Amino acid sequence: MNCKKVILELTSYLDGVLDSTMRIDLEQHLSRCTDCRLVVDTTRKTIQIFCNSEPVPLPEDVRKRLHTALLERFRRNAKTT
Amino acid sequence: MVPCQMSATGFRAKPPGAHWNVSATEPKPLASTIVRDDEAALVSAAKGGDTSAFEELVNRYERKIFRLGMNITQNKEDAEDVMQDAFMKSYQNLDRFQGDSRFYTWLVRIAVNEALMKLRKRRPNQVSLDEPLPGTDGDDSVFREIEDWGPSPEKKFAQTELNEILNGVIGELDPIFRVAFLLRDEEGLSTEETAQILGISEAAVKSRLLRARLKLRQKLNKYFRRSETQ
Repeated sequence: MNCKKVILELTSYLDGVLDSTMRIDLEQHLSRCTDCRLVVDTTRKTIQIFCNSEPVPLPEDVRKRLHTALLERFRRNAKTT
Repeated sequence: MVPCQMSATGFRAKPPGAHWNVSATEPKPLASTIVRDDEAALVSAAKGGDTSAFEELVNRYERKIFRLGMNITQNKEDAEDVMQDAFMKSYQNLDRFQGDSRFYTWLVRIAVNEALMKLRKRRPNQVSLDEPLPGTDGDDSVFREIEDWGPSPEKKFAQTELNEILNGVIGELDPIFRVAFLLRDEEGLSTEETAQILGISEAAVKSRLLRARLKLRQKLNKYFRRSETQ
């Protein structure tokens, strides 16, 4: 496997869906190619950092407006049925 | 905070339906006779006119839909509109929901469409999910800047600063890559679900996800490389 092929298969490899033959081939390449190893490691960290980041909070005023609008819709719906 | 799942062989995003930590302002559950964990039963009851069942669905997913709207539009007012419109349209069209997919996936599809419409209005002729993709043979610039980041590069930043960095770099991504990344890696949807939502092939999802991940890695490199973080 060459470096270009490693990048092509990077997403499948990081998602754990690469078939075993291909995975072994890719990991053998990683064991001897520092550049590819760093790309794989830092891409994996990129996903982890986003995945572990704090979720955007839902402001209480935004939430209240949503539920007020919903209740209004429920009321209108009840009147027409 | 929900940790990513890392298997021995690879990374998997947060599983579909996983919930984020709830804040102190978590609303109290409504008095519904429906079993909370059964989304299909809630949808069925809501279709039958049980508004408390629909409100339970809203309580369950409002944070996630708002966050998705924020991440796509990068604007609080637009995200609020996206969230309201998504829930209103899903309520209005509940009869049309056939249950072929999860309700949440259907809701995300509506929200993504609303968010992309916001972007198109803001930048007409610049935002399209149909534009042809560049070749899928990786990114030529992948190997241009290669440096190790060290074990926990994100710990070099305070949480607020880190959030600003992450919001900044994801906001710089082209929307077609940004949405693929958000749906797969942040929402934890499968490639198949993402393809359904975006109306593209699974191969195209994989291609966009690869581009998104590589571009984000490259953008984060300047903050996290070992030489910058020591």
